Amino acid sequence: MKKLLQLAGATLVLAATADLAQAATLDTVKERGYLQCGVSTGVPGFSNPDDKGNWTGIDVDVCRAMAAAALGDAAKVKYVPLTAKERFTALQSGEIDVLSRNTTWTQTRDTSLGLNFVGVNYYDGQGFMVNKNLGVKSALELDGATVCIQAGTTTELNLADYFRENDMTFQPVVFDTSAQSIQSFETGRCDVLTSDQSQLYALRTKLAKPSDAVVLPEVISKEPLGPVVRQGDDQWLNIAKWSLYALINAEELGLNSSNIDSKAKSKDPAISRFLGKTGTGGKGLALPDDFAYQVIKQVGSYDEVFERNIGSKSPLLIERGINALWTDGGIVYAPPFR
Amino acid sequence: MIVNPETIPSRPAPASRRGIIGWLRANLFSSPLNSLLSLSGLIFLAWALPPVVQWVFLEANFLGENKDACTSEGACWVFVSARFQQFLYGFYPDTELWRVNLFFFEMAAVLTWVLWDKMPKRLWGGIWFLTGFPLTSFFLLYGGFGLETVETHKWGGLMLTLVLSLVGMVIALPVGILLALGRRSDMPAISSFCTVFIELWRGVPLITILFMASVMLPLFVPGDIELDKLIRAMIGISLFEAALIAEVIRGGLQAMPKGQYEAADAMGLTYWQGMRQIIMPQVLKISIPGIVNTFVQLFKDTSLVLIIGLFDLLAVMQAGIADVNWPNVAIEGFVFTGFVFWLFCFGISRYSQLLERKLDTGHKS
Repeated sequence: MKKLLQLAGATLVLAATADLAQAATLDTVKERGYLQCGVSTGVPGFSNPDDKGNWTGIDVDVCRAMAAAALGDAAKVKYVPLTAKERFTALQSGEIDVLSRNTTWTQTRDTSLGLNFVGVNYYDGQGFMVNKNLGVKSALELDGATVCIQAGTTTELNLADYFRENDMTFQPVVFDTSAQSIQSFETGRCDVLTSDQSQLYALRTKLAKPSDAVVLPEVISKEPLGPVVRQGDDQWLNIAKWSLYALINAEELGLNSSNIDSKAKSKDPAISRFLGKTGTGGKGLALPDDFAYQVIKQVGSYDEVFERNIGSKSPLLIERGINALWTDGGIVYAPPFR
Repeated sequence: MIVNPETIPSRPAPASRRGIIGWLRANLFSSPLNSLLSLSGLIFLAWALPPVVQWVFLEANFLGENKDACTSEGACWVFVSARFQQFLYGFYPDTELWRVNLFFFEMAAVLTWVLWDKMPKRLWGGIWFLTGFPLTSFFLLYGGFGLETVETHKWGGLMLTLVLSLVGMVIALPVGILLALGRRSDMPAISSFCTVFIELWRGVPLITILFMASVMLPLFVPGDIELDKLIRAMIGISLFEAALIAEVIRGGLQAMPKGQYEAADAMGLTYWQGMRQIIMPQVLKISIPGIVNTFVQLFKDTSLVLIIGLFDLLAVMQAGIADVNWPNVAIEGFVFTGFVFWLFCFGISRYSQLLERKLDTGHKS
């Protein structure tokens, strides 16, 4: 039944996207004057409204970067909060221009929904959090542990696979919401809490003493998160890609929102290509040549975006880990501006 | 023979029958079993109440800007006050908040006008409530006539909850009455249509309807027609509630003695005249508890829109407690939201009891 529904959905989508693809998203966005960005209904560090009602987070900054590139103003974004179930429909039906909502890039999603994944803005994966005084240093020492899981099939399946592979047993305790699972973790009903690492870090801030809990180094699943656009509009896909690459390249070139004006005078050919003074600039994207400058000036480099939202300058305190640049031992890599 | 010409002055009742002691004896300790129940109730309160009071008031933090103000053991109400604007208005722009306030004010004024029987010209109030009020609210909240447009995705909080439930109530009651009448109609086409409609909408959970409206509907309609998500949710909620109300009204219709219908016919009234003047006033009166029950349910059900990404009061609060800039304030958030919901539902039910007493014409035994 579910398959049938999906098939029916996909057919409809194809029919719907056929006419949508005609109108270039960039023109629509320019005409409208703002970018419509699909975000979550509240995932800390990724997209979450702050006390003043402004959307903040690493996913939000991707949308801001795209608005800065396409419209020259990072503030011209309309955020559309979406639940996990409706996010793809909203993109397919044209309600939003880009989906930036901690969405895992998978084969099925990339190939059968009429959508294109742009790239990865955060490499996530399922991990484990334990209490420090348990003295556990590695997930392989967790044999026989009671594990709090949030209802959600993949988390549970990954966990079962991992424990079986390593000949270990566990006692699952399943909860419906994150608030419940962190409460039980704090009261000691379970030794281990498992979820995507980014979420573990977010939940850790809710503990009375966040420093008492540690996230173990093991990552047992691949969850590359990134923005998504509709298939069939290559120009828009390129704009999304190069807005994201601009963030990453800026970090590699040592540029950030505060030093970009002074560095603009530098003779470094890579920087002047990046800023569109020489080289292709924005011509292939139908954008102004200084689009990358606008992105960095208004949003910041990947480094800034990361630290501000989920890194050392935020309560989440996530370390760069595999999300460090390839030059620093991570896997974040972007094609060069040339 | 001794005759006392004076009347014996009245004396107060014995001490055991009056004052606090009398009340206690009558209400709490009238029998051994009642005494036992009262005592255990008191013991439970003595055990449960102090920690609650301590958490809610005595040890709570009320003033401040951010989490640093939450130093004591008790509740961190700073979270609620820091996010109060969001709880009330969602993401409505700061400079336009007066429009929502004006909407709140108009709503309070119109409701007082319609619901309080000492107000003059209440019929006009009712007409305004059903026509002018929705129109002015729409222009106030959405924009138009020189007011800046505020897209519905910025609506949220209590305001969205109220808008959803008001729209639901205003549409569901008349549609429900028509459906109930239609279902009892002698005309097969009308009666079967109404029956199918009611059973279809009543037979699916509201969550399914909302999902359908938000996830499937956009795929069915052509790309250039973009029906706002909020409107889709409103239509779904209204029709669902209309089906529920229809059944409540049908119950009332069936409770009317046949003589009432025959009397209306005998007086030469047409169907609609008879319904309007004789049947409906009585039906609505006896259906009050059912209708109010459905409305209270509707008010709480609006919080289900959080599953389609609309930020009603509950959803705004949940987004708030996920914020990493706050410690674990889940309990504070839920207590506050629950209290607000309770206030409104309690208000509705008190009003309905008042109405029942006022309209009571002695049918109750």
